[in-house]
Amino acid sequence: MPRIDNVVASVTVPGETIPRVEFVPATVELLRKLWDQYGPLMFHQSGGCCDGSSPMCFPEGDFRTSDQDVLLGRLDIAPAGADAQVIDFWMSSEQFEYWSHTFLTIDVVKGRGSGFSVEAPEGVRFMIRSRLMEGFGSQPGPVQPGSVTPAP
Amino acid sequence: MTIYSVPGSADSKVTFKPRYENWIGGEWVKPVKGQYFEDISPVNGKPFAEVARGTAEDIELALDAAHKAAPAWGKTSTTARADILNKIADVIDANLELLSVAETWDNGKPVRETLNADLPLAADHFRYFAAAIRSQEGYFAEMDDSMTAYHYHEPLGVVGQIIPWNFPILMAVWKLAPALAAGNAIVLKPAEQTPVSILVLVELIGDILPPGVLNIVNGFGVEAGKPLASSPRIRKIAFTGETTTGRLILQYASANIIPATLELGGKSPNVFFKDVADHDDAFYDKAQEGFVLFAFNNGEVCTAPSRALIEKPIYDSFLGDAVARTAKAVQGNPLDTDTMIGAQSSNDQLEKILSYIDIGKQEGAKLLLGGERVDLGGDLTDGFYVQPTIFEGHNKMRLFQEEIFGPVLAVTSFDGYDDAISIANDTLYGLGAGVWSRNGNVAYRAGRDIQAGRVWVNNYHAYPAGAAFGGYKSSGIGRENNRLALSAYQQTKNLLVSYSENKLGFF
Repeated sequence: MPRIDNVVASVTVPGETIPRVEFVPATVELLRKLWDQYGPLMFHQSGGCCDGSSPMCFPEGDFRTSDQDVLLGRLDIAPAGADAQVIDFWMSSEQFEYWSHTFLTIDVVKGRGSGFSVEAPEGVRFMIRSRLMEGFGSQPGPVQPGSVTPAP
Repeated sequence: MTIYSVPGSADSKVTFKPRYENWIGGEWVKPVKGQYFEDISPVNGKPFAEVARGTAEDIELALDAAHKAAPAWGKTSTTARADILNKIADVIDANLELLSVAETWDNGKPVRETLNADLPLAADHFRYFAAAIRSQEGYFAEMDDSMTAYHYHEPLGVVGQIIPWNFPILMAVWKLAPALAAGNAIVLKPAEQTPVSILVLVELIGDILPPGVLNIVNGFGVEAGKPLASSPRIRKIAFTGETTTGRLILQYASANIIPATLELGGKSPNVFFKDVADHDDAFYDKAQEGFVLFAFNNGEVCTAPSRALIEKPIYDSFLGDAVARTAKAVQGNPLDTDTMIGAQSSNDQLEKILSYIDIGKQEGAKLLLGGERVDLGGDLTDGFYVQPTIFEGHNKMRLFQEEIFGPVLAVTSFDGYDDAISIANDTLYGLGAGVWSRNGNVAYRAGRDIQAGRVWVNNYHAYPAGAAFGGYKSSGIGRENNRLALSAYQQTKNLLVSYSENKLGFF
């Protein structure tokens, strides 16, 4: 079984140069399984109560994003050499204002989420681990869109 | 002090069935695809029952049953409908301990709360709406001496309801009571974290309602909730939960041109003006308790007072007292009536709370109390427990802006009235707020200036039926708990009647 690495997002917020989102290997593996079942997928970060403050994963096209949402990044979960499987990670603009100084790592934990997120029947739940970042546009340095980097 | 026995033991108040089917057409009906999922108790982290894993096929069966029952139920007199709701309330009262223990086991909250809040409020909710529908009147207006417009309240027909896991029975009742009172048939989808306690209630009341009036399909959101919310066979969808799902619900509603009511959460400020500390009396004691109420229901309340705003002159003393008060809160076995803080509802909720504690520290908030997961040992060692936690920081931190849904409080100070209102309103949400002041004028003005649908003045976490509840801003649309809620489940029929024999003269 080939090793799965972290998948880091491309940079999609205008004016920025540093990625904002990554998937850990467990997330990538789960997403590949869900993609086989549901087809192309996307994420929208939810606020609010209950299962909020967590990313929701939907089949691409189910959830209509709008000018009120920000695309934080695109992540390609396909294994090396395979056709791209790009997942867009979205958040509402009003929430983004308060999140804009944090880098998001999407992890998977055991659990029983609700909402309509597609991983719930698997007995797991996507969740966010955050770390503070100094600035997403202030540091130079090229970043390959959808690059795969080794896990630390 | 009473410690209730674990469900299933010899002298327990409740014994769960090993398996629960869907409740459709007044009967227990197996899921069409024959699949089940485990219900895990947060008290000990272990499964205690399996539950039907409903899918679109089961939703269709439930809608069939609802459509069959709806016409007759809609024409049942309000007297008869109210009588049924009152009977349901009586059954809840008569089975208080059974239902309270069941609710504690499914959700993890302390039995002290289910006994004193969840179940009594549920019974009273049915009684309130029984009264509300009896006293609701239509109205008429004479257009001229030979034409009168008569206005009637009619049920919508068949409605869909999707409820959360934080007060499983009570959240169901907040939606069921007005919908049933108004004469609708219902398909209800409980939360997958807490699918059983509502079924325990249905086992007790199932034969009071005509078959098909109430139908319950359990399952996962993507498999059962989505087909229900997007069905063209419902005339309305009601949802309590998170913002992203709320948007999806609105999308589906727009596709079917039906109304949607939503309750989506909050980050409610609890504002303590300096005069609360003028005296060390019963009211100061009450305000101190008001602060600690962030931990009520393990913090899993959409209106949790999760931001405490304390006026600068009393900041150190009030906060010092309040932290000490919180440290005394008893965390332990949720079945012990002395326990104040129980288990979070699921492992992922616990993990989310811990991740917020982590981001709080990263952002530089100062940890004043708690911050750790708790292992209660023995049989409870795998349960989902976290310490009540208090951070000090400022209102732009993520801790202050995002709903953590756990016993985690973010505290900050304010400098005068305008600063209090500005900080209180600097949030995406507007569900709840608390205002504490001995000065009635200040309390009144603050209550009117804060942009929230429910402002508690000199109290918190009271949910009497009759007090309208719902959100401003991103907290949602619509009101519950008041006869306003009836209008969300009714439509107006205007009978425009002519008493004249004569033609108009156009054709």
